[in-house]
Amino acid sequence: MKANKITLILLFIFSVLCVNAQDKLPAVNVKTIDGATFNTANINNNGQPIIIDFWATWCKPCVQELTAISDLYEDWQKTTGVKIYAVSIDDARNSARVKPFVNARGWEYQILLDPNADLKRAMNVGDIPHTFLINGKGEIIFQHAGYAPGDENELYEKLLESIKANAVK
Amino acid sequence: MKKIFYVLAFILLVNNKITAQENNKFSTGEIHGNFQMMAQNYLVDSTIGAKAVNEKIRMNSFANLNFIKGNFKAGIRYESYEKSLLGFDPRYNGSDITYRYATYTNDDLEFTIGNFYEQFGSGLIFRSYEERGLGIDNAMDGIRVKYKPTNGVYLKGIVGKQRFYFTKGEGIVRGLDAEFNLNEIFSNFLPEFNPANARYTYILGGSMVGKYQADNDPIRILPENVAAFSGRFNFISDKFNFYTEYANKINDPSLTNGFIYKKGEALFLSANYSVKGFSLSASAKRVDNMDFRSDRNADVNNLTLSFLPAISKQHTYALPAFYPYATQPLGELGEQFEVSYNFKKGSKLGGKYGTLVTFNFSNATNLDTTQTGNEQGYSANFWSKGKTLLYRDLNLEVVKKLSPKLKTTYTYMYQVFNKDKVQNVSGYGTVYAHIAVFETQYKISSKNTFRAELQSLRTKQDFGDWAVALAEYTVSPHWFFAALDQYNYGNAKEEKRAHYFSGSFGYTKNATRFILGYGKQREGYLCVGGVCRLIPASYGLSLSISSTF
Repeated sequence: MKANKITLILLFIFSVLCVNAQDKLPAVNVKTIDGATFNTANINNNGQPIIIDFWATWCKPCVQELTAISDLYEDWQKTTGVKIYAVSIDDARNSARVKPFVNARGWEYQILLDPNADLKRAMNVGDIPHTFLINGKGEIIFQHAGYAPGDENELYEKLLESIKANAVK
Repeated sequence: MKKIFYVLAFILLVNNKITAQENNKFSTGEIHGNFQMMAQNYLVDSTIGAKAVNEKIRMNSFANLNFIKGNFKAGIRYESYEKSLLGFDPRYNGSDITYRYATYTNDDLEFTIGNFYEQFGSGLIFRSYEERGLGIDNAMDGIRVKYKPTNGVYLKGIVGKQRFYFTKGEGIVRGLDAEFNLNEIFSNFLPEFNPANARYTYILGGSMVGKYQADNDPIRILPENVAAFSGRFNFISDKFNFYTEYANKINDPSLTNGFIYKKGEALFLSANYSVKGFSLSASAKRVDNMDFRSDRNADVNNLTLSFLPAISKQHTYALPAFYPYATQPLGELGEQFEVSYNFKKGSKLGGKYGTLVTFNFSNATNLDTTQTGNEQGYSANFWSKGKTLLYRDLNLEVVKKLSPKLKTTYTYMYQVFNKDKVQNVSGYGTVYAHIAVFETQYKISSKNTFRAELQSLRTKQDFGDWAVALAEYTVSPHWFFAALDQYNYGNAKEEKRAHYFSGSFGYTKNATRFILGYGKQREGYLCVGGVCRLIPASYGLSLSISSTF
């Protein structure tokens, strides 16, 4: 039994060495804020960049981050065409509260509900907030865990870089 | 068990030999994962009741590895508790692979062998989930199939056993769930139902969960098969959302309900209305003998099938969360109401940058019951409340931005907490507490921010008055430094009026974080999503490392 497990781990490590990571978004079923089932393979922004931000109503730094970005979102959209998906991992206790919570704050993000943490697990997110930046080709090019005020500036810089990199190609 | 490993190993090997053409690119798949480690050394402090451990240092760690290739996914988690941090169940002891799975998905069908997490509806009769920070993991080990036979119809089936620390519970769990999105179904022939342009959405769902556990009781005749049923309905419009779910369980004598044969039931209702800048929400819940587990002899957070979180507001500051409410699955009637209003920028109360005001009220009582004196245990009146107040929370929060650099938050709350009933202890009675929190955040420059919290909790009961001060300095995007003091200045016993000092700093680079802390931690409940774990008082140095790759 033990030997099998070790073999399995070695195989995994071997696989890591062999694969060429492309960092694509996984395809997982979540819910939209209107209750419809939504497959994350359908996340797209017509070749423009995407930000995915994992959050919850009870997570203070998450709310801080989304509030800070909310003030800048309009400008970001104008300059980069970015679209932000805010994925709430609130469970049954709070998931009904997500929509009123978002509306009260006037956030303009695409909201997705991941109450069973399927997408969170598929993207290997530990503690929240956790932010991913995805370029126009659907590749994850940057991620950041936690939030300190000002982190949104770093995210914006990476966003501008990704657009430049795309333009060069 | 063994076979699954062979299958996984085989698939992994094969995967490295072949390359498939997808999107005009040759790809061999991807491996991703995450890693987390928490270590602490334990020093003695008799005033706060912190104890040392023989091992000096204890450590909890885990790593997930996930492999994805096209429609195929597989993964493992390795967990290590050498030995587990204080406050975690000591049955988390040792290191092993605790989670492994393989999943195949095509357009309409998905199947998983091995471990999985799943939930039916809001989880009243079935939710297997993990909350690593609380030591909760009731992952299923078995088979899951999801199938979408036509637009708007979603079916799920599960069979397996639940995780119990490093082994599995003995109960076999079987479940079926069906969800019908009426708009998606009818849109095939009635265009006005098309989800893209429908004004209203209707979703119906139903589930059935059964568990089997042999009856080895020498005296009682116990039901070996116990079934539970639930039905749910959701109505959604642009501004309004209504959700309800009802669940029913047949007789299920268990350790937690005192081996009574009464049926169980639960009802959950929630409604909310919101437009930009304003929201209203209300919810209610009635739970009656609904503690449903795959093993009738399990207790605390072990082998739970039903997920019945509290509906009260989940507080995040230290003192407001000092008396956290946890659902009483054996019997509870609760309601919650919240209103939020964002005073617009430029209005009298909004000031230059707007003001967000949130008022929240929640309440929970026991059920109105009569002891029957037979194997049924008790009977409960559906329509009336019991006389015992379990929890009440009135709170008001004002978030005000004074300038682009300065932001403040004011919170006041009044809490009534029936400590004896909620924490199942005796001699503490009910705690009545007034709590105030002031938080301010000042942005010194685009990267440097100072944040402070001052908190006060006043009560004549339990440990008496507390004050908390927190100062935090962050340098984006890499550093944070924090200092915290919790002072039990109002403790009736003078020698217990202790300061709980702690300091920490952290470094973050992309998705990797290091946090080093030193100091004292008071005894208390750590709660996530309405499920709580008691953490003992501790004193010492702690280190945590986490990374996603």
